[in-house]
Amino acid sequence: MSPHIETFEFDEISEPKVAKAISHYPAGKQASAVKTLLDLAQRQVGRMTGIAWLPQPALDCVAKRLAIAPMRVYEIATFYTMFNLKPVGKYHLQVCTTTPCWLRGSDEVVSACKKASGIDHFGGSSADGLFTLTEVECMGACVAAPILQVNDDYYEDLDAAKTEALLEDLKAGKPQPPAGSLAGRQSSAPISGQTVLTDKAE
Amino acid sequence: MAKLTIDGIEVEVPNGSSVLQAAEAAGVEIPRFCYHERLSVAGNCRMCLVEIEKMPPKPVASCAQPVSEGMVVHTDSEMVRKGRRGVMEFLLINHPLDCPICDQGGECDLQDEAVAYGRDGSRFQEDKRAVPTPDWGPLVKPTMTRCIHCTRCVRFTTEVAGTAELGATYRGESTQIGTFVQKALTSELSGNIIDLCPVGALTSKPYAFTARPWELRKTDSIDVLDALGANIRIDTRGPDVLRILPRINDDVNEEWLGDKSRFSVDGLKRRRLDQPWLREHGKLRKASWEEVFEALTNKLKATAPERIGTIAGDLVDVETLFAQKSLFASLGSPNLDCRQDGALFDASRREFYLFNSTVAGIDDADALLLIGTNPRHEAPVLNARIRKRWLAGGFEAAQIGDAGDLTYPVTRLGADAAALSGLLDGSSPFAAVLANAKKPMIVLGAAVLARPDGAALHALAWQLAAQCGALTPEWHGFNVLHHAAARVGGLDVGFLPGPGGKTTREMLAGGVDLLWLLGADEADLSALPAATFVVYQGHHGDKGAARADLILPGAAYTEKDATFVNTEGRAQRAQVAVKPPGLAREDWRIIRALSAYAGHVLRFDDLEELRAQLAKSNALFGQAEFRRLGNAALAAPAGLGQVAGGAPLKPVFAAYHQTDVISRASPTMAACLASLTTQAEAAE
Repeated sequence: MSPHIETFEFDEISEPKVAKAISHYPAGKQASAVKTLLDLAQRQVGRMTGIAWLPQPALDCVAKRLAIAPMRVYEIATFYTMFNLKPVGKYHLQVCTTTPCWLRGSDEVVSACKKASGIDHFGGSSADGLFTLTEVECMGACVAAPILQVNDDYYEDLDAAKTEALLEDLKAGKPQPPAGSLAGRQSSAPISGQTVLTDKAE
Repeated sequence: MAKLTIDGIEVEVPNGSSVLQAAEAAGVEIPRFCYHERLSVAGNCRMCLVEIEKMPPKPVASCAQPVSEGMVVHTDSEMVRKGRRGVMEFLLINHPLDCPICDQGGECDLQDEAVAYGRDGSRFQEDKRAVPTPDWGPLVKPTMTRCIHCTRCVRFTTEVAGTAELGATYRGESTQIGTFVQKALTSELSGNIIDLCPVGALTSKPYAFTARPWELRKTDSIDVLDALGANIRIDTRGPDVLRILPRINDDVNEEWLGDKSRFSVDGLKRRRLDQPWLREHGKLRKASWEEVFEALTNKLKATAPERIGTIAGDLVDVETLFAQKSLFASLGSPNLDCRQDGALFDASRREFYLFNSTVAGIDDADALLLIGTNPRHEAPVLNARIRKRWLAGGFEAAQIGDAGDLTYPVTRLGADAAALSGLLDGSSPFAAVLANAKKPMIVLGAAVLARPDGAALHALAWQLAAQCGALTPEWHGFNVLHHAAARVGGLDVGFLPGPGGKTTREMLAGGVDLLWLLGADEADLSALPAATFVVYQGHHGDKGAARADLILPGAAYTEKDATFVNTEGRAQRAQVAVKPPGLAREDWRIIRALSAYAGHVLRFDDLEELRAQLAKSNALFGQAEFRRLGNAALAAPAGLGQVAGGAPLKPVFAAYHQTDVISRASPTMAACLASLTTQAEAAE
């Protein structure tokens, strides 16, 4: 589903960011920039091919750039779930199923994702290459549970209908809606609106 | 120093020691899986838990806990026992307990500790973790389902071997130790991770399902496949050498062993010369000892002494060299040479051909110049020692002649001898490093000495050593790195052309009519006239035996009590582990028996008498201890001829695995070579 990537070099968009990330660390400690570089590489692959993942040439490029053994980069890249070592769909759907989200109906969100995308299990991708569904642990936004992360954006306060609608829009080629609550919640305030500090100081 | 009490025993250990080390000093054993003296501390197995008074009331991992004054440690309290039992239960949750089909059984740390801390049954009701079995090449057999993630192998390859090929990928229960990208291990020291693995995750592939440790007879011996003289243990069952493991000797090999030395054992059973052969009508036929002795005696009598010559090979022991030298003295022939590579250099003083700084001395050095040598191939364990020195910091290395990746950074000064002149006249940037170093080392490869201009380069290297202050009464920085286990012994015995004697080159060019190859298989026999009668004495049917007119079957190093002198001049004894095959005999016995046949009876009847005479001829072989030499005289070796500029200084071996008759006969070594070649081709 993804074009095979033979070689990888940082392009002119990534390059200044790479240099900046490395400059954050003292000389000789440049290996500390490994996670930033992996993220930049994954984004660049996303820009290049439409699929944000880390093929091995990208991992090797990061190792070479930081002058560390490729194995050290593989260790980091496999440890963190945010690095995709296999190609993912154009939209990477990450559903939180940890307790607060589960209590607030994450099962429904999962079912809706499966139904709308046609994916039958976590880790799978849809036939059209549009979606990959991943189960993740707490994303730290429990106040607006349940949550679905689509690429970089959180969509909060979901239910089956909203999830399905969101995915149908994406399938239809519409742009991603603005991130945040789909139930009109203002950041992490109660769903019914502010309940404290309601008196405006004159 | 800090004083502390462990289980009521008071010990004093240096500050910065760990509680575990203090316990060892006190003679208290602490179980451990991840901790290893020669690797960094990981602290991830949690087996070494102890209780320390006046610390937070919880068990402490003793390998990672520094000592402090007045500590009171309990290693066998209720809390400790309970903690260790818990750790053991967790370790065994995912361990397959397939001991009956595991090669580690009987020498497994986990098995042993489970006896002490394991439960009699499992409380774990879920499915056990299973991990795919990767392929790491022909030497190491990984069964990663058994892995307990101690990371000793990861730390070894990263720290000691310097080839960061292994790592811990993924996380939590999914953690896998491996190469991530499918590949064969490329380190020359990869076999050591088998010894390091505390469980059966990494076992020896060639030795798989061969024997149980309690079936083996163990013989302490010396390795001869390089000139380091690593201390080994030979494990045998009946007439077969089944495996070779390193023994600990901090001055030589610490506790490591090169792959060639460890895995060439299957070469000891193949292509062996197990009976005498005689060439008749152009074809070799089997013969009896009487027949070959008769034939050889007739030949010796029919040939003028100055037309008889002998060249010794790389695996010959000192006793044999001494016996042969005595025989040739008795025959009246001065034509002996122990340098089958054709090297010609001044060997009049011992320090001209030794690794004078000594292997342990590498730890003290602060600058290193490698000339025409690749220690990674010629002595991989010594190379690991150099890497260890480099890791400690304050150490700079440079090389003349390209040797590829040595696992530590090396400044490349050039490919040919011109770089050496640059150092001598100070124009090279590394000249200042050498001049400022307190204990510089200059290492001359054996390949340099074997060049036609070897003697001149030898003298130049000595001159450089003298010039940069490497030759002082306290420090001797001039080193020759040999690759042949027999070489220093041969030079010490004086197995060299006598007055008017012919050298290897002269003998090979037709200078003699009867050439006795004493295990010499690397000599270039192409220029030898067809009429020359060649006697080959040795243990493998290789290049020497192929050209021979008469073959005397000798014993390999595992089959004889013998002395070998390593590159630093340390005389060490190999011991007989198995009998030579068939009619083959120990080499000195063959020479002794022939001497009686030929009417030149040598005056020793057993090994003791031979060794007594050897010690009389050279005090070195009588002395019990090895002493490091300081430099006494600055007089340089005689440098014959001119340095031929332009020709690059190349190391002896282009590849590591097949360099002598034993490793060439080894299918395992052939498989290693093939797998690395395929891997290198695939990478291109």
